[in-house]
Parts: sequence; C-alpha cells; structure tokens
Amino acid sequence: MEFHQKHLLGIEQLTDAEILAVLDTAESMAEISTREVKKVPTLRGKTILNLFFEASTRTRSSFELAAKRLSADIVNFSQSTSAVTKGESLRDTILTLEAMNPDALVIRHSASGAAHYLTTFCRSHVINAGDGQHEHPTQALLDAFTIRQEKKNFKGLKVVITGDILHSRVARSNMFCLQKLGAQVVLCGPPTLLPDEFRSFGPEVSHDFDLALEDADVVMMLRIQLERMQKSFFPSLREYRNLYCLTPERFKRAKKSAIIMHPGPINRGVEISADMADSAKSVILKQVENGVSVRMAVLYLLLGGKDREAAD
Amino acid sequence: MKLLIKNGRVVSPADRLDETLDVLVEDGRIVEVGSKVEAAADRVVDASRLVVAPGFIDMHVHLREPGFEEKETIRTGSRAAARGGFTSIACMPNTFPVNDNAGVTEFILSEAKRVGLVNILPIAAVTRGLKGEQLTDMADLAAAGAVAFSDDGQPVGSALLMRRAMDYGRLLRALIIDHCEEKSLTEDGVMNEGRASYLFGLRGMPAMAEEIMVSRDIILAEHLGARVHIAHLSVKGALPLVRAAKERGVAVTAEVTPHHLVLTDAACEGYDTRFKVNPPLRSAEDVAALTEAVREGLIDVFATDHAPYTAEDKELEFDRAPFGINGLETAVSLLLDRLVAAGVIPLNRLVEMMSVNPAALLGLERKGRVRPGADADLTLLNLAKETVVDAARFESKSRNTPFHGWKLKGLPVQTIVAGRVVYPFDE
Repeated sequence: MEFHQKHLLGIEQLTDAEILAVLDTAESMAEISTREVKKVPTLRGKTILNLFFEASTRTRSSFELAAKRLSADIVNFSQSTSAVTKGESLRDTILTLEAMNPDALVIRHSASGAAHYLTTFCRSHVINAGDGQHEHPTQALLDAFTIRQEKKNFKGLKVVITGDILHSRVARSNMFCLQKLGAQVVLCGPPTLLPDEFRSFGPEVSHDFDLALEDADVVMMLRIQLERMQKSFFPSLREYRNLYCLTPERFKRAKKSAIIMHPGPINRGVEISADMADSAKSVILKQVENGVSVRMAVLYLLLGGKDREAAD
Repeated sequence: MKLLIKNGRVVSPADRLDETLDVLVEDGRIVEVGSKVEAAADRVVDASRLVVAPGFIDMHVHLREPGFEEKETIRTGSRAAARGGFTSIACMPNTFPVNDNAGVTEFILSEAKRVGLVNILPIAAVTRGLKGEQLTDMADLAAAGAVAFSDDGQPVGSALLMRRAMDYGRLLRALIIDHCEEKSLTEDGVMNEGRASYLFGLRGMPAMAEEIMVSRDIILAEHLGARVHIAHLSVKGALPLVRAAKERGVAVTAEVTPHHLVLTDAACEGYDTRFKVNPPLRSAEDVAALTEAVREGLIDVFATDHAPYTAEDKELEFDRAPFGINGLETAVSLLLDRLVAAGVIPLNRLVEMMSVNPAALLGLERKGRVRPGADADLTLLNLAKETVVDAARFESKSRNTPFHGWKLKGLPVQTIVAGRVVYPFDE
C-alpha cells in the first residue's frame, strides 16, 4: 500500500497515490461498520488521544467510533482554547498527555499550524482534525471517498465549492485533494471571502454562483458564519442568500446527475435551502457515514502499518 | 588615556575617506587621522586588514528595561550591541512604565551610564502611556535626553493627534518615528497577507495598511513642515510614496531592517514563531523592491528593530506568539554578506546608512565621522572572515533569531566607544 507518512497534517503534502491508498483502505473498512458486530481487533492495544480544543461533535465522535471499531483505546480531551490560555501552554498540555504513552494524537485546534507545531516536540503520530483556517484533511478524504462512491472516477469532474473560502480549512483541503485526483475545481464566493490569489493554487475562481454551477458534477456548499457578516465580509444574510444560497432553481444549472455536499453543520436557508439539503441529490448524511470508514483507514494506515508488515 | 588604531582601512563617507590610515584617540575624542601617526599611546590596536568605520548606530531597538527584564536589560542589550558592532543604540519607549516622562528617560540614561558600554539614546513616547490620547511633555523629555519620539508598536491612529505631535514637535525640531500600520486593516493578522497567508491559513496583514499610514504621515509632514521617519519600511508600495515626497522636499526619511531584506513570507511555512514579526516578512516582490530601493539610495538607514523575547514568550502557536526578531548581533554580518559582499551596495554606502545618516537624523553632531574633534566611537570590521550565527552565544538575554546556523561573510570584530574598546569584552 502506497502510504508513507508518519503524520496526517494536511492534504497538500500527500501524493495522489497516498490519497487513493486511504480511499481504497476505507472501502474495506466500510464493510466493518455494516456488520452485526462492528468491531475488529486490528488496533487492539493502541491508545489514541482525541484532543479537541475547539467545539466539534461530528468529527470528534467520528474519530471516536473509528478508533473503537478498530479496538483501539481512545480518550477524549476537550478544552476550549480560552481555558488553556489562562494556564498552561499548549506545549505543556500536550507533553503532559503524551507522558501517558499514547500512540496517536488527534488534534482539533483554532490555531492554523497547531498540528504541525505538535510534531516539533511529540513522538506520537499526529492527525490533524482541523487546524484553524488551514486544513481539515480527513474531511477532504471522506469527501473524495463519497464522490468516488457516486461518480466512480475523478477525471473530468467539475466540482464547485461555494462559500467562505478564505476562512475554510475544508475548502483548502478539498481543493488540494480533488485537484490531485484529477477533478476540475471551481471556487465560488464573494470577492471578500475569495481572494484572486487562490487561482495560483490551481482552481478556477468565480464570484457568480449561477455561472459556476453550469454543468457541475458536484456542488459543495460551505457553512457561512454570522461573524463574517459582523465583520462586513458581506452586507447581510439576505444578500448572501440572494447570491449564493443553493436553491432548486439554481441547482438546475448543474448536470442532472449532480450531487450536493456539505461538511456541516448546515445553516438551513442560508447557504443551502432546506429542500436541497434533504433532496435525493444530497449526499450529506453519506458524507457523515463515510467519515467513520475514512478515519478508520487513516488510523489503520498510520498505526497498523508497521505491525502488519512485521506480521507478514 | 590615548588609543592608537594603526593601519586600518578607514571608511568614512562623511569625510570622503577610504584609505589605510591611523587614528589617534585621546580622552574620548579623535585627535588625529593620518598615515603613519607617531604618538605614544596607552594602547595600540592593530587594524591591519580591518575596516575602521565611524561607530554604527541602531536607531530602532527594544531594550525592555524597565519592566520586562526577563527578555532584555539595559546591560544585556548593551552587551549585545557591543558584540554586534554598535556604538550607539536608540531604545523605544514601550517599556513598563512607558518612557513618557522625564523620570523614565533619566532612569534609562543613568542605568546606561552604570553599565557603561555603548551610548543609549532614549526615544520617548509621542502619547502618554502609548495610548494615543494625549501628547507627552515633549520639550521636557527632549531636555532630559530623548533623541526622538515614537509610539512604535502602538502607532498613533488618530490623524489629528499625529498632526498635533508633528506640529508641536516643530518647537524642538523633533524627529517623529512612526511604525506605519493602519490597525483597522491588520486586526488579528499574524503574517503578510497574500498567497502565502492564504496557503498557510494564517490571518493576513495587508501591504495597504502600511502604505496608507506612510501616505498619511507624508501628507501631514508636508503640510506642517515637520520631520518624520518611517520605521522599518517593508512594502513595495510605500517606496514611490517616499520617493515622490523626497522629490518634493518633504522631510521624510526611512529605515529598513535586515530581516525584511533577506527573508520572505514563505518562511512562515512550518509555523515557526521565530519568523513572526511586525511588520511581517513580506513577499519576494517586496523584498526585491526594497533591495533595489537600498541600492538606489532611497532608503536612509538600516535599523534592526531588535525585539527580544524569551523562549517561553515565543514557544506558542503561531497565532498567539508575540511579534519580534532579535537583531543586534546578526545585523552587521547579514548586511555585509547579503548586500556588500553580494555587490548590491558598496561598503561606504553601508557606513552611511549605519552611522552617518542615523547620526544626522538623531542630531548627534560629533558622531558618524572619523575626523579630529569627533567622538571616538568606532566599529572595526573584518570583511573576509566567515561566521556561523549561533544563538547560544548571544549576549542578548533572548535568542529569538531566525538566523541561527546561517553562514555569513564579514563581521564586526571590535567596538570602540569614546576611545575605549568595549568589545571584545574586557574580562
């Protein structure tokens, strides 16, 4: 299997072969989750720390279930960044936890680069579960897995990612991932949330959602945060909705076979209308389901690889 | 006490000198400069194969004392300056308490005298407590020894208050040094805004924030006939503003730091907080434009913006670490290697920018020259010697340098202040 990383920090540094290795491994993991007994002993004896310094329910639970289905022991650690601010530094917190001999650290943190930072002083495998506005690699991998399920192939696919691109780690990871796999990526949003410089990373940049949607195979919507309106990145939710909300009428511009994706949590009626989120074209809940398989694959490839080779 | 420096290559652009000469020093002043000076001296320095330059002056240093002595003190900062080849350093007022009254200025000067290594020139705050609300007693501060005024780091946001500072400052021919940053545009930013910040997911500080303030200051200085010095200019877009203003005769000058000339924002990849500085490291295009501006003579001064921080201060997530690079002990070698040895500027231009021009800006009439009557502040350089930057050997109390391990050609080897060899240290 073509996967040679100690850590999973981002998609940017992975090869297309490594991404495909994760997706292929996830295929076999998916079957485990459909069994009566959803558990295999593959990672028995491994300890994983789930370090969430930023609120998250789905990613944290997804990693937790993934670890448990592989029989690893997983301990959840949740602390708001602000609580850490009052006392010990991130480094001290992590060193303390690492003294308990975990094998892997899954970290979600509000600071971009937090996962990279851990690798400068930790010996465990580090898995980035979202760092600030930088990357969210397992989200991109589960999105790619879902797209492959639906579309079989990435070559020639037109994927439109719409919303707050500037602040989105999901957009960055997906942009890298899908381009490496051969898809055509179009980023869409108002100029304030989508600087022209993003063109230099390869994708097409568009500010006109209707035009961007023409002949799209995949329509991926991003959550828009109210905070962005307060900071005048756009004038009002009303105006944002008028320009960038995915509605049935707009969706007609995409291919008939197009699918709708969203990393969640959804703001119904803001970036996506309720009927679109619930439509037959929506694969939003499949994304969540696949998240567990993909995270099992990531844990297995990082933690199980050596033992497997030794057993061979 | 007589000191004779023999056979050095004296490079003193203010005296149109670049030749092998002897320099005789007595009681803190230069008394004779010539070939084959015959005099009985208490100490003779053999400067063969060395450059003898008028003492280097760093007009932008943070000494941290009083208040933040864990990062730097006047003593450790003085030692770092001496090791780095500086005979005079001007220290910014963002201490605790802030240098916004004559009492703090006097404390700094008396502590500097007690340490007795290099000249310490206090820069006073423009506004009380650096709060941007009310002017300091500028005349009183100048009388106590403040050489310039700046709210560095907390730039005066109100155009009205900056107008008043420049206007009132004319009373003293005061030099206002401004850190040009329109704060509403840089809020929460941690690195240069651009392709690199988008790639790393770090919040950006756009070039326009600096350009807007440079513009404002030039407009105010022009209308008021005041003097303004742009601290650590870092963006391409500010250069035509300064050039045009100088052509119109506005009393505007500008400094650049070594780090803005040798590093780009790409260095923030990896989130190493030693590269976090304000103004942030800019794009390769900015660095090229800045280098060209140095070459053509638009930039007046090299200054370090020496900003010491402890390991604990910097050992944080990139978002949370403080801005600042430790500069006193690397600046001269960086500039000798990357600009002089690389052929961007000749040595005499470096001496102008590190000694002649800062002396003139700060009103130090007896500095910046090597001639009878001048202060015997001299920096001796070995241009041929290679050095490897080793943060562990810093005299500074802090080690926050991004240049650790860099191999550089050319370094300061002796620092003489008022006729006394202060580096190498006498111990």
